[in-house]
Amino acid sequence: MDAVYRALVDIVGSDYVSVQPEDLFTYSKDLGTSEPGKPDYVAAPKTTGAVSRILKLANEHKTPVIPLGGGMSLAGLALPLKGGIILDLKRMDRILELNEKGRYVVVEAGASHGKLTSYLHKHAPRLMHSEPGAPPAATIGGNLAIHGQGDLAHPYGFNSDMIAGMEVVLPTGEICRIGSCAMGEKWYTLHPLPDLSLFLGWNGSTGIITKVSLKLYPCKKIREMDIFCVEDENLVPEILYELTHAGMAGDLVAMSSKLPPYSDRLHMISIALSEDSRQEMEFKRQILFDTHLAKYIREGTGGISMAGRDVERPMVSKASDWKKGGGFEYVGAILPVTDYPECYRRGAAISAAHDIPYTVLGRVIGAGHAMMFSWSYAFNRADEQSIAQARKALHETDDLVMELGGTIWKPAVYGQKLLLEKMDANTLQMMKKVKTMLDPNAIMNPGHWEVD
Amino acid sequence: MHTLHFDENKCLACEARDCLTRCRYMNMDAQGAAAELKKLIAGEDSPVLHDCITCYACEEYCPMGNHPFYLIVSRQEALGISPLPSPLVRQGIQMGIPFRGEPEIEKVDGLALNMGVFSGLSHLISGKLFENVTPISTDSRKMFHYFCQLMYLHYGKVSVINERLEGVMEAISAHDADAVVHFHDECYGTYTSYAPAFGMAVPFKSIHLFEFLHDRLTELAGEIHPLGFRVAYQRPCSSRLSPDKHVFVDKIFDMVGVEHVERQYKNEEALCCGSTIMPQKRPDSRRFCLDIQRENIEDMKRAGAELCIFNCPACMQTLWKQITEYGIMPIWMSDLCRMAIGEKPA
Amino acid sequence: MRISDYQYADIIHRCFRCGYCKFPADWSDVTNCPAYARHRMESWSSGGRLWLIRAWVTGEIEWSPYLAEIVYACTACRNCVEKCPLPIADNIVNMVVAARSEMVERGLLPPAVRDVLTRVQQRGNPFGLPAKKRGEWAEDLRVEKFSGQDYLLYIGADGSYDSRAQQAATALVRLLEKAGVSFGILGKNEADDGNDVAFMGEEGLADYLMEQTIARFRELGVKQVITLSPHALYAFTAQYPRLGGDFQAYHYTQVLSGQLRTGALPTPQSGGLRVTYHDPCFLGRWSNEYKAPRKVLGAIGGLQLAEMERNRKSSLCCGGGSGNCYTDLLGGSEESPARIRIRQAAETGAGILATACPNCLVLLEDAVRAEGLDDKLDVRDICEVFCQASGIPL
Repeated sequence: MDAVYRALVDIVGSDYVSVQPEDLFTYSKDLGTSEPGKPDYVAAPKTTGAVSRILKLANEHKTPVIPLGGGMSLAGLALPLKGGIILDLKRMDRILELNEKGRYVVVEAGASHGKLTSYLHKHAPRLMHSEPGAPPAATIGGNLAIHGQGDLAHPYGFNSDMIAGMEVVLPTGEICRIGSCAMGEKWYTLHPLPDLSLFLGWNGSTGIITKVSLKLYPCKKIREMDIFCVEDENLVPEILYELTHAGMAGDLVAMSSKLPPYSDRLHMISIALSEDSRQEMEFKRQILFDTHLAKYIREGTGGISMAGRDVERPMVSKASDWKKGGGFEYVGAILPVTDYPECYRRGAAISAAHDIPYTVLGRVIGAGHAMMFSWSYAFNRADEQSIAQARKALHETDDLVMELGGTIWKPAVYGQKLLLEKMDANTLQMMKKVKTMLDPNAIMNPGHWEVD
Repeated sequence: MHTLHFDENKCLACEARDCLTRCRYMNMDAQGAAAELKKLIAGEDSPVLHDCITCYACEEYCPMGNHPFYLIVSRQEALGISPLPSPLVRQGIQMGIPFRGEPEIEKVDGLALNMGVFSGLSHLISGKLFENVTPISTDSRKMFHYFCQLMYLHYGKVSVINERLEGVMEAISAHDADAVVHFHDECYGTYTSYAPAFGMAVPFKSIHLFEFLHDRLTELAGEIHPLGFRVAYQRPCSSRLSPDKHVFVDKIFDMVGVEHVERQYKNEEALCCGSTIMPQKRPDSRRFCLDIQRENIEDMKRAGAELCIFNCPACMQTLWKQITEYGIMPIWMSDLCRMAIGEKPA
Repeated sequence: MRISDYQYADIIHRCFRCGYCKFPADWSDVTNCPAYARHRMESWSSGGRLWLIRAWVTGEIEWSPYLAEIVYACTACRNCVEKCPLPIADNIVNMVVAARSEMVERGLLPPAVRDVLTRVQQRGNPFGLPAKKRGEWAEDLRVEKFSGQDYLLYIGADGSYDSRAQQAATALVRLLEKAGVSFGILGKNEADDGNDVAFMGEEGLADYLMEQTIARFRELGVKQVITLSPHALYAFTAQYPRLGGDFQAYHYTQVLSGQLRTGALPTPQSGGLRVTYHDPCFLGRWSNEYKAPRKVLGAIGGLQLAEMERNRKSSLCCGGGSGNCYTDLLGGSEESPARIRIRQAAETGAGILATACPNCLVLLEDAVRAEGLDDKLDVRDICEVFCQASGIPL
């Protein structure tokens, strides 16, 4: 056995290091359409100290390190493009501190969103965090490393806007804290110190997030979802403008999909509502439906398609079975809300051209400051042609996003390239400086966000 | 092309005009009703076409055995007057499109029990009461082949029903059952009221679920333990299409030993669950819906009901939560019967 | 090498590997898959395993001892089936068992698995002990041989041979006697029920064992069977009918709860025992019986039942299912499922961890010692707890 393997065993114990072909195979695959990328080692550390030692080791050997959370990005963001050590961080999953009245929770970055939701439900039922639509195995750290959004996106923005502190391990192995936690053990704020959050959205290419303080928000007793439906996509932005003006909703998502047939060419705007009493809930509905949306109902251009549905955990994985094939991938993009009509029309056209039933979804971020769009393409994992077709549709959609002036969200390598090509030269250079300064040996998730 | 068989002469000769004067959602005297009926018959616009909340009750109120509600809906469609916003109409129409292949038709020996578009509730039809019937349409992927389509009466769209119904009847009749028990009132009403009214031949015999349950309970009489609850019944709109079967509600209640509480909104005076009113275009429709729902449930509560009995899944879906919050337990009619013979509710 | 006739070749690619399968019902952690909890590497999760099986079937990877170990480390606990949101859910365990069958056919088994199957084949039990000694546990008990009583009490290999499980079998005999149940045993004429052998993919041997038992039952006119082990219960109710088995089978907790209802079995007093209950997978998730064992425990006056957070459908498997009790592929670590389960049980503050399966009993008792908690937590079968409370000497 080689020196890296022996050293890894020494750091994390033999049970949690592998060079077995089966493990290398498993970790070489992503859930989406990306080509496999094989690691040389898999290691699953339990502590920040172990992560630090592994990064020092990797620098000595100039071996790439690819941090992995839940592995749910679908875009191949944690696939080794140049071999190296996959760090499966899911053993770092403790919930370290809950400050209920201070409304934050400190967790290890490998904790899953499902675990945190369940923990809060039991220990602080009046609090919630913003859980992404991904399967519950998605990790807190992984989601921050790709600038995820969740079910509190409309009121509070990106999930990465909702942190109150971080512990990171720099590529060279130093353990750093960012925010108030850098001065002691209080993890209540990220600001107002000079901004050092250079780890969000970098896919782990500037360091590894190991602990996070997440802001928590009021969780009301009654949580329901109403759906407002329109036929004309051009109405969606103005309806969202009305809804965000009212400021009553939790999550706001507009969606259209070819299947099931009832949603075809229709736009379902789901409005999450939460309150502590029926009276408050009805008050909100009066403001939303009887005031802001009354015009559309009266004209007959919009209607309440569903009222008072219980909010259930989204089962996004079901999309993988649309082609009975175990796979789907989507292009995500951040665009202004006003681009919804174009995003819908053009996205549906790309799907039609590739014989894939279209699904276009837009989630409002902030008070309508932006929208996270996704265009999903299901494929059959057992059929190479189907995978290739989905991949082509994904690339065309990446191109479309760029054409519309959008910003691809958690881009795969193809999308990263498009963004970097279009990026202002000085900004590019700044990215390069940050990367070179933090990661002098370029060992962190190489192939991602690489500026030539 | 199927058209409504509506006897205008009977209607013009009618002095009661109960269809409109008894409507609890429109305020109309006999004179006004006569004028509006004339307009409806002549195919002219009338406030009735805009104010109708589509509760089906006039079909029951009509003393002449005519079809005032079918006439209203036909006229709404002809004049382009939709009770619902257009996206919801499209959504509704698209909902009934089967998209997951053809159903496998197996021949049924004896009685079939048609789940229609409620395959997801197949768990309700288990136990002794149902052991001598063969369920059909239990696969939710294929259930739209069995969808009776009558829902489109709420959408001002008889054309959609007429276009699709024969195909649906073909699917049911292909099972070759001796007769078909319909899980939902709406299916029963389709095949015994709507289809004949539009001159469509129905190639199978239909049995109302309540009549079936009543007969089964009679056979299992020795196993019944009176339940002793005080119950209210949420009568669905489609029950207005088979008023002759409504008697089985009280017959069943008597057999299982529950008291059907006296209340204002009982039997012919029943209130709509509101599911169809909520999204209508009329100003303040949503609040009006909430008002009648509250009135309905408070009426149950005042009457001392402990349980509210449902047969229609739409009523159940719409009201269960509110009813529960009032401390009344919602329960399916089939489950009530099962409890009476010592089985656990589904 | 491509496996051309793998039974689930048309659906195995439909696993998305989304990881729902790792969670209990309340989503409290990714550790409710016993093999994944033990190893914490994706290959050992349900999804990872399916992807590897598919890769083996399609020829993308070669068979290796490590692959075989991953495939056999699944305990068939059915947590994944409960949680998977896709239509393939019901077939997840079947897909694993079918892969094992392919390995059996090719002689590509982990040595521990091969040894267990060989012992069952040669001696009729996974311990490799002489068949004629199968009835010895009951010799001092003077329990009747089956000769047309109401019930046949089927003990199974564990209760017959394992010294710890024999204690549970003894307690059960005493309780049934006290409850006035008319029953008899087969003693040395009892054969293996074939459940674990079937889950280990040795279909031919499983069918042979099952047919043998069916023939014996038929010959003796057995109409109703009480089982000590939920594994036997599952085999009798779910697998035997396919081969012509036409008798009713009950787990003993079901029979005892019936006897308690009628008053045939008197309810004892416990003097304030605090007990937690571990749902065995083959009684709970496979046979959907969560109430009967709780009713039996609940009938003990003064007994406090302190549930673990993961109970009923969310119970964490002890790690012993589908032969793992004998092969111990998930043993040897602090994160072995039985040890995790012991820690969960200890969190309840209970003094007794009760279960209703000899596999669970044996594995959990080993684990309580490994955790150093044997002075705080007694691992008992429910029938032992009931006997103790009833003052029945064992």
